[in-house]
Amino acid sequence: MAERDWNPWRRLLALPNESRTKTVIVAFLVSAVCAALVSGATVALRPIQAANRAAEEQARIAALVDGIPGMAAILEQSGGTLSTVVINLETGRAADGVTPATLDAALSDPANWTALEAGADLAGLGQRPDFAQVFFLREGDEVSLVLLPLSGQGYGGMIDAILALRGDMNTIAGIAVTRHSETPGLGGRIEERSWQASFPGTELRDDSGEMRFRVARGPSSGVHEVDGITGATRTGRGVTQMVRFWLGPDGYGPLLDAIARGEF
Amino acid sequence: MARTIDYRKILTEPLIRQNPVTLQILGICSALAVTTTLATAVTMSVSLTVVLTLSAGVISMIRRHIPDTIRLIVQIVIVASLVIVIDQLLQAYFAEISRALSVYVGLITTNCLVLGRTEAFARHNAPGPAMVDAFGNGLGYSLILIIIGGLRELFGKGELFGVQVLPLADAGGWFTPLSLMLLAPSAFFLLGLLVWAIRSLLPEQAEAPEHVPPLRAEPAE
Repeated sequence: MAERDWNPWRRLLALPNESRTKTVIVAFLVSAVCAALVSGATVALRPIQAANRAAEEQARIAALVDGIPGMAAILEQSGGTLSTVVINLETGRAADGVTPATLDAALSDPANWTALEAGADLAGLGQRPDFAQVFFLREGDEVSLVLLPLSGQGYGGMIDAILALRGDMNTIAGIAVTRHSETPGLGGRIEERSWQASFPGTELRDDSGEMRFRVARGPSSGVHEVDGITGATRTGRGVTQMVRFWLGPDGYGPLLDAIARGEF
Repeated sequence: MARTIDYRKILTEPLIRQNPVTLQILGICSALAVTTTLATAVTMSVSLTVVLTLSAGVISMIRRHIPDTIRLIVQIVIVASLVIVIDQLLQAYFAEISRALSVYVGLITTNCLVLGRTEAFARHNAPGPAMVDAFGNGLGYSLILIIIGGLRELFGKGELFGVQVLPLADAGGWFTPLSLMLLAPSAFFLLGLLVWAIRSLLPEQAEAPEHVPPLRAEPAE
């Protein structure tokens, strides 16, 4: 080599592969390029993936409504469509200025979340959104069915579900689990229809208004219980707490009261 | 370089004679897991072939500058990044199939087949032959996956690509589905039979027995 090459790139390539400088630089360059590639793909494709998930959720809601006995007939009478309402969980009324289209934007603002105190936080959420999108099915002027999205801590992660309540706001009409990460074959069976079939007809509260719903440990014994899954005690407890939280005063309680007063 | 490269041989060799699954028994974890239906088998095949070809190309391109001490980790990082990109693409455009494949797309990263080809071939050859070799190996893997996936779906459900081919007994036809075909063990049986069939036709693939049994156990007097 007669003359020294001043191009740093060529000098780098000319280094012996075993040199420490080159090892470090190659490792850094490879990681940087790969990181850029992965981040780019994730960011660029996120809107499409979100749309897919939304479409899937719509399909699940449709399946949930179809699966509730007698629903098909009611759906036909009411024109076969559900009305979608964004409600303010604080007041139990329709939210001002937030529509289903702008709900995501509203929820990305931390000011629209309420921190939960340890005693009230049955579902292990930490904080709760102030707005939620619910679905009503009306028969005449009466609300005959309401679909409420729930989420809570299960055994392996968060469980998302949609609970259907009949017009009395006390009887469960059905449940659909939209997302979970429970153990396949044990807690994961909450996504099976055979387990979800024990929900319709179950009542939430007793005559005195006390919340009594729970997932039993084993077969259910009473109108307030649904069957438990063997080997999935903690998943069952997670579902119990999730339902109790969301249908209680910190969840949809104000909304259910408002519906019972006939405000919707 | 005076040496001419026989692309045709590089491409066709891994289909049967050097098939990565049946001869080298590489990548069978995913081969067994995703073959319950033909559609997932085809998607998995395409994903693996794309990842394998691209990673072989990239690694072959920088092969002279990969320090030996960190060559495996560099290869894994490249393969893993490609896998994540493919996974994201599947989630965006083939959401149904992406759910069916679940973790197995991610596991392409650790598929011995990918690392085996990049380590054994791409690291010593120019990008052209390396990609052809990787593509051929991807096709070899795909061939086995599609055969097993097709057989399992046909006999397990009487369907191909979700279309009813054999009329089911339930629906007034004559075919009773073999539920065993939808369970994991059947993939082992089919793969075993396939390996046996190929090695009977091509006896040079059979491995020499590791132990020679004694001719006769002499009774101790």
